[in-house]
Amino acid sequence: MSQAPTPVRFKGTDTYLTHESLQAAVNCALTLQRPLLVKGEPGTGKTLLAEAIAEALGHRLITWHVKSTTRAQDGLYVYDTVQRLYDSRFNDGDVRDIRKYIRQGPLGEAFSSPERVVLLIDEVDKADLEFPNDLLHELDRMRFRVTETGDEVVAKHRPVVVITSNNEKELPDAFLRRCVFHFIDFPDTELMRRIVDVHHPGLDSALSEQALKVFYELRSFTRLRKKPSTSELIDWIAVLKAQGVHDLKLDEQLPFLGALLKKEQDLVSVAEAFGRGRRPRA
Amino acid sequence: MFLPFFYELRRRGLKVGAQEALALAGALRAGLHDSHLDGFYHVSRALLVHSETQLDAFDQAFLAHFQGVETASLELTQELLNWLEEARERPDLSPEELALLEQLDPEELRRLFEERLKEQKERHDGGNRWVGTGGTSPFGNNGFGREGIRVGGGAGNRQGRALMQAGARRYAGYRDDVVLDTRQMAVALRKLRAFARDGAPDELDVDESIAATARNAGELEVVTRPPRRPNTRVVLAMDVGGSMDPYAALVSRLFSVASQATHFKELRTYYFHNCVYGKLYATPQLTGGITVPELVAQVGRHHKLVMVGDASMAPYELSIRTDAQGHYKTDGLEGLTWLMQLAQHFERNVWLNPEPMGTWRTGTISVIARVFPMFALTVEGLGEAVTHLTRGRTVRGAAARR
Repeated sequence: MSQAPTPVRFKGTDTYLTHESLQAAVNCALTLQRPLLVKGEPGTGKTLLAEAIAEALGHRLITWHVKSTTRAQDGLYVYDTVQRLYDSRFNDGDVRDIRKYIRQGPLGEAFSSPERVVLLIDEVDKADLEFPNDLLHELDRMRFRVTETGDEVVAKHRPVVVITSNNEKELPDAFLRRCVFHFIDFPDTELMRRIVDVHHPGLDSALSEQALKVFYELRSFTRLRKKPSTSELIDWIAVLKAQGVHDLKLDEQLPFLGALLKKEQDLVSVAEAFGRGRRPRA
Repeated sequence: MFLPFFYELRRRGLKVGAQEALALAGALRAGLHDSHLDGFYHVSRALLVHSETQLDAFDQAFLAHFQGVETASLELTQELLNWLEEARERPDLSPEELALLEQLDPEELRRLFEERLKEQKERHDGGNRWVGTGGTSPFGNNGFGREGIRVGGGAGNRQGRALMQAGARRYAGYRDDVVLDTRQMAVALRKLRAFARDGAPDELDVDESIAATARNAGELEVVTRPPRRPNTRVVLAMDVGGSMDPYAALVSRLFSVASQATHFKELRTYYFHNCVYGKLYATPQLTGGITVPELVAQVGRHHKLVMVGDASMAPYELSIRTDAQGHYKTDGLEGLTWLMQLAQHFERNVWLNPEPMGTWRTGTISVIARVFPMFALTVEGLGEAVTHLTRGRTVRGAAARR
């Protein structure tokens, strides 16, 4: 909290539309310099939010995609022992300088960057149960020590940290306490219309109305195992546009349904409901 | 000023503390709420709520706490004057209807307004009763009531919306009191893990490589070892139906946590009813499965056996004699004997009981508790059970390796 609060307010970008509660959450995170934890249905733009923040503030974006095998240490730095062993064997370069063999991870890179950056820690819930706990101190103090050299990496400018989670695992309380939380709602029709406009400017308004109507009807369909999301709607409209479709009706002949529904059972159940048992062409 | 609101939140189960209070104070000092209730709603929600399961409780607390503030702070008389100035007549209203609308006096209006704001739970457009737009109710915007209170609209007064949004309770579907402690369970089960190096040697052993290289007088010698893999095998058996029904949710939570856990090398789950009669079933409907002699033959002594059940039944049910297929047979083994066979085969076994501990001294529970070490099916009990299951592990493992 040593630095003055940022006067910058995040208002979304030309291609990323926000809701005022999302803006409030982002601005809280910016002002209080705390990580922003974003949750929500898949496809509601959690990852894109980090890109939008980076674009709006004019900062560089550093992404850290978390996988099931990712350890917290990987985000800080990796000490390349094998390379050093080989170099010592073949006398390539100066092996006495251990710093040459320390490669920074995304977190280390964000800390040592000369200007402020946006750091996206994507899908934090994919990693091990203890992963968030291992990052508590680093995210709190924005510094860590490289054990091999004793150097301390301190953030010159606290990065804007955006963390996304798909809720596959629950996050520990201590971690949650330090974050600003936002749950991205599914957009209502009005916002969705604006989102479609932004992504497909000049789209035939009749087509976009029909597409939205079909989309929300499909979503209200309780038997679906995976509901279509915003990104799928955008893709679907792109396909419709590319194929020159002008007229839509929610029946068994719905074109390119495969862009919206990703599960075999969903396609079948929609076909059963609207097409009296006939499969839609996917 | 917002401290009472914090206690309201805590009363509703949101664990807000000093850290959140300081964060909120900081945000308010920075002016993030833009000095209106709407902004305060969004800012406080972002800082005080940590999970979508808490959003509904937050909305309720917000409503309960700020309802009074809201109505009191509305400048009612000024609003009324504004409204009268902007009032337009609706051509399709009959004179009788107009007369009816004109009867309402300001005091009456204020009272009704507060009442309806409390009752109303959603956004409303059209109609003649609720606060909303385009109707004949005395409350709302762009409506046709003769005397009334305008809410929202062009004058820059946006006070109503935060309460409306909180009142809509859009997050009720995300309330999930049930899974609140699946994480605690997962953490408790995690202690069960044990690792063993197994498989192809494809991981670099740094220490060994350095030692080997040194022994080689500096000539590089790379030593690899197999990667660490989870080595815990668990057999989980659960009592279903009858007296276990009240605990079905709790037990299924334990099952889902156990099956999601990635740190078991092998997890076998079985079901039984009341007591084990020769057979453990593969489904809760008691179909398929494996007989006790088969299980004992298939899995080693180092598997950890976890039985889940209330252990409460009629005393005679412990002594029903069956064969290994679970059919009644006068020369078969008693239910209790089957249990003892299981307990004897597995070196580490526990029985998790959802019944309160006070009832364990009597009846069939006390009998079964002499066969299996019994622990309560609570987060604490689970932790103790896991400690019991892992106790002595390293000693025995070391002995086996030598």
